[in-house]
Amino acid sequence: MAEVNTDGGGGGGKHDKKRAKKASTKIDMTPMVDLAFLLLTFFVLTSTFSKPKTMEINFPAKPEDKKDETKVNNALTFLMTKDDGIYYYYGEFYIAGNAKGVPPTQLIKTNYSATGLHKLLLDKNKPTNDAIKSLEDRLKKREIVDTTYKRLVNKEKGTKEALTVLVKADEKAIYKNVIDLIDELNICNIGKYAIVDMGAKELELLNVANQK
Amino acid sequence: MAKIKMPKGNPSLDMTPMVDLAFLLVTFFMLTASSRVSEPVVVDTPSSISDKLLPENVMLISIDEKGRAFYNINNSDVRQQTLEKMGEQYKINFTDKEKKRFAGMTSFGVPIAQLKEYINMDDPHRMLVKSAGIPHDSLHNELGDWIQFGRVEAAKQAKVQKEKAESLGREFKYEPLRFAIKADSKTNYIAVKDIITVFTDKDIYRFNLITDLEQGEVKK
Repeated sequence: MAEVNTDGGGGGGKHDKKRAKKASTKIDMTPMVDLAFLLLTFFVLTSTFSKPKTMEINFPAKPEDKKDETKVNNALTFLMTKDDGIYYYYGEFYIAGNAKGVPPTQLIKTNYSATGLHKLLLDKNKPTNDAIKSLEDRLKKREIVDTTYKRLVNKEKGTKEALTVLVKADEKAIYKNVIDLIDELNICNIGKYAIVDMGAKELELLNVANQK
Repeated sequence: MAKIKMPKGNPSLDMTPMVDLAFLLVTFFMLTASSRVSEPVVVDTPSSISDKLLPENVMLISIDEKGRAFYNINNSDVRQQTLEKMGEQYKINFTDKEKKRFAGMTSFGVPIAQLKEYINMDDPHRMLVKSAGIPHDSLHNELGDWIQFGRVEAAKQAKVQKEKAESLGREFKYEPLRFAIKADSKTNYIAVKDIITVFTDKDIYRFNLITDLEQGEVKK
């Protein structure tokens, strides 16, 4: 920085005693602060705090023979299609005019809202949800410990009576739909679910339903 | 009129506490920050309630809106060795310099034939390249090879590290390689399924689907 010369012209300075200049003990910290804040800004802007969250999922191994697809007792099948459309049916799939004489499967339309999918899943999975609820109460009353609770919940989700959900998506369904559905299944304590391919007959039925 | 006497104070103030604080923050950010990596595509992931964190040792396949696949593997040594193996497989000779550069890159989505050129680009140019995605149809299943080699090399790397740790008498914590899929919300599910089929063909059935944490009210 420029300094103002205060010597006053320098007249008669010859005989002055040479005095040691009293240097200030303070250093100018401004550049250091500048640098510090520059670095600070840089790190604030470039850093990411949150690591991405993930959802763990197991896909079924390729079935050895394709015949056992529909042999599920307590199954709810979801069919997803374009424009966030979602249909479901309960139990086995029956084509029209089957040998057993059972009326053909009807697809029921639903949606991703709290009154649609959420309510449906809670209703269908009521026994499991009730069991988990009672376990939760016991946990709150400190009758069981945390690890036991988790083990029991998993056991409850895996019982034979618990609802099984099959997720099937056609070519026009988007990834978000699938994730939303799986998320909803997790919320509703459904432990048994699988993402599987859609059968040709189901696709036909879905296309008919779509055109309505 | 009485003159108001201004106190003859020193106009410079003591900046020490501020500097202390600034450096404290700088140190904090330097230590906690994992720098944001620039990816060749923007992938807007769907949201879920899952709050599990992504594991460290991970192979990441990003799928963009149009269904193009991008490959990334976190460990840079493994990346380099995977490239070597891919070069052998497809008879492309990568120089040591190219391998080094590749090790420091993030995810990419070009066919192996264009990879050499892609590696040799400057960073700003590389960001502008329109990636075609890694081919993964049944005829040119490059993605399958990337997955396979990446997996083998990651296992080798883990083995080397284990031996090293054991020779030093330390305990080795093995973290298996996980397979993460990061797909855009608007991607057709069929495109995601194609990628998953590539994995299941290699007998990999367990995935980490990357999602955002759901915002808003909790459904009860």
